[in-house]
Amino acid sequence: MDVHTLTIASIRAGLASRQFTAAEVCEAALRLAEAENSKTNAYLRLCPERAMETARKVDATITAGEDPGPLAGVPVAVKDVITTRGITTTCGSKMLERWVPPYDATAVERLEAAGGLVIGKTNCDEFAMGSSNENSAFGPVRNPVALDRVPGGSSGGSAAVVAQGTATVSLGSDTGGSIRQPGSFCGVVGVTPTYGRVSRYGLVAFASSLDHIGPFARNVGDAATLLETIAGRDPKDSTSAFAPVAGYTEAMKQDARGMRIGLPTEYFKGLANDTGDQLAKGVDLLKSIGCEIVDISLPHTEYAIACYYIICTAEASSNLARYDGVRYTFRSERAQTMAEMYQLTRGEGFGAEVKRRIMLGTHVLSSGYYDAYYLKAQKVRALIARDFAQAFEKVDALVAPVSPFPAFKLGEKIDDPLAMYLSDIYTITGSLAGIPCMSVPCGTTSDSLPVGMQILTRHFDEPGMFRLAAAFERAGGFTV
Amino acid sequence: MKIGEQEVRYVAGLANLSLSGAEIARMAHDLDEILTHIDKLNELDTSAVEPMAQVLYEAGETATLREDVTGASFDNETALANAPLAGAGQFKVPKIIER
Repeated sequence: MDVHTLTIASIRAGLASRQFTAAEVCEAALRLAEAENSKTNAYLRLCPERAMETARKVDATITAGEDPGPLAGVPVAVKDVITTRGITTTCGSKMLERWVPPYDATAVERLEAAGGLVIGKTNCDEFAMGSSNENSAFGPVRNPVALDRVPGGSSGGSAAVVAQGTATVSLGSDTGGSIRQPGSFCGVVGVTPTYGRVSRYGLVAFASSLDHIGPFARNVGDAATLLETIAGRDPKDSTSAFAPVAGYTEAMKQDARGMRIGLPTEYFKGLANDTGDQLAKGVDLLKSIGCEIVDISLPHTEYAIACYYIICTAEASSNLARYDGVRYTFRSERAQTMAEMYQLTRGEGFGAEVKRRIMLGTHVLSSGYYDAYYLKAQKVRALIARDFAQAFEKVDALVAPVSPFPAFKLGEKIDDPLAMYLSDIYTITGSLAGIPCMSVPCGTTSDSLPVGMQILTRHFDEPGMFRLAAAFERAGGFTV
Repeated sequence: MKIGEQEVRYVAGLANLSLSGAEIARMAHDLDEILTHIDKLNELDTSAVEPMAQVLYEAGETATLREDVTGASFDNETALANAPLAGAGQFKVPKIIER
């Protein structure tokens, strides 16, 4: 058994043929994670006891001749903004360094019920705010593909462990690109489903109208299987969707012949680099497998960053008000009065980027500014969503870049927050519209850095998205 | 200039966030830059646009409202387990009212 190349399908086959047990897969994955982690800092902690307990249950089920579930024996890593009962969940923040949640996120509960082994919690930007994973209070994550570079963010750890092979799949969270961008930087598949498709119960809130949980995997099928397992209505999240979960792996069997693909012209302008060249090769490949390619305009694209950074910071300033020194483990030792307890706890507990976003969000919501900022942004968000709705009247899917550039060097952009925000341009639009989008590998640059291709479809058309992604994968798109 | 150090102090007060002198200076610079970029939204006439408060899609009738029945909840000990300071089954905070 070669842990770092296992897939959900190969684990299923190996368990069925008694080639190995779930406990053996679990032990091997934990050993590899332990040995590799000093290189990347991708795991904040491993959960051997919990993972082994599930593994033993899976093995007992198999011995009893029963179905162990679609994720039986699959090592899964979980981003540390997703709660795990009895296991410290830090959100990459000093504020929650010792927080042990008393409940599991619905996504974690579901994947474990399907036989998945939660082997560890992954590093991320503090409260999922960042595009490089350099905003973690527990040190940055290094990209396993090129150790002097960032893995992307905010789900950098979850992307890195899958690229490294210490987990077969992982869960990340995406608010403005935090799954797709690290997926592209690390050369793995990253999926942001339709808003509400996966319950947010147990996802520590950053920007509630934009937060998603989604999977990372090394192939399209594994991502589809994990998403199928965790998706669906959850009474504990009133914004979770009632729509039935379609068969994503079933949709992958169909070829892409006859699909109409739109290329948003605004996204390809100024992409005169290796990333642009790789995308062009990817698009040529789609043409060769029978897709019809047309140009599409999404005219409000240039307003997306401004719109997003008003909405997400406003929601964050409100969501993060709960860290007040009363309920969540950390309280400043210097605090004498009630007011000091609030102010010093937050001043000491939060890092620079979180403070910046709380401040921006508080400012845009403050008296006299609401109409000019928050209301304006909500209206522009409607225009951006309308751009997509109109595009999907003409095409079945959109294909676009994920990031303007591949993984950059650690420290390269950390001192310029606006430049970092601007790099999110291609992923933020889909998040604002709430449509399903994913990043698939699309070859590498001349420096051997992974490039990602983004696929976006209509609300709840995950089947169409997986169909196209799987056809692209089968045609050799990942190494185009 | 969109925002200065004085306003940064005011907003930090609203957010209950203590910032050092150096942080205030840096914050004023960063927020000013971001707010200047945000000004771009004024290029758009949105007078006839309905604000989008949540993601909207075509969907059938749903049963989001449920019966108001009590379910299981955390016991007192579990609820207090993450408190920085607790006692007598309560969260403890600094004194608010002086006698």
